[in-house]
Amino acid sequence: MTTAIEKTTAKSAQPEAALLPPVNVIEDANGITLSADLPGVPKDKVNLTVEADTLTIEGEVSLSLPEGMESLHAEVNLPRYRRVFTLSKELDADKVSAEFTNGVLKLRIPKVAHAQPKRIEIRVE
Amino acid sequence: MLSRSLFPRDVFAELERLQREMQQAFDLSIRGGARSGFPALNIGSTPKSLEIYAFVPGIDPATIEVQIEKGVLTIAGERAAEPVPEKSTVHIDERFAGRFRRVITLPDDIDPNSATAKYRDGVLHISIARQETAIPRRIAIQ
Repeated sequence: MTTAIEKTTAKSAQPEAALLPPVNVIEDANGITLSADLPGVPKDKVNLTVEADTLTIEGEVSLSLPEGMESLHAEVNLPRYRRVFTLSKELDADKVSAEFTNGVLKLRIPKVAHAQPKRIEIRVE
Repeated sequence: MLSRSLFPRDVFAELERLQREMQQAFDLSIRGGARSGFPALNIGSTPKSLEIYAFVPGIDPATIEVQIEKGVLTIAGERAAEPVPEKSTVHIDERFAGRFRRVITLPDDIDPNSATAKYRDGVLHISIARQETAIPRRIAIQ
């Protein structure tokens, strides 16, 4: 069962082109851990929004470029990252916690209490 | 030429563009893939220096090995795989894990002893100055 389905179609009013950061999504009984690579983004330029059931991760790349530098080769060729996920109902969007170190964003999205697993006893009669 | 009349002209233009892109994707450097390597590299140039940006997020900078030997810069290291706790499910696994190595042939006019490396926000920034003699000088006309 996939609980976080990625939105593949861009929203109609997407502002600017952005890079798609690679992510890992791991689910355990109590919630989901999402980590995303956002190298070059300072902490204050990471933008996380949860709107209804949509989680948006955005980051703006800020590198210290010496004056008058000319680009010879660029693999990171856009100044921002963006990725959008749809959260499912059993995830508690109000309790998302985030940490950001060395360009890696780590999110923890817990499941709502009643969605946490309960073992159902099977009685043999 | 019968087939051509079946398609509007811009379809051919589009195909041609795609073909060009494909060729570019295969036009690789002898040192390997330029598009999908880890870490991603951006390289810039100023009259005084060569600037290399390696995008290596989530790594202890002390474990990254940066070396210049015979005009070749090597960036190597290892990124550990994310631990997967017991009884959990991996839904998406895109982040690079394992050993990495990227190699760049440097131009002749740089001074390898002047290289400096800084790590910030997951980006390793290597700056190598050009040799004094290679820095362009403006000559005043008297």
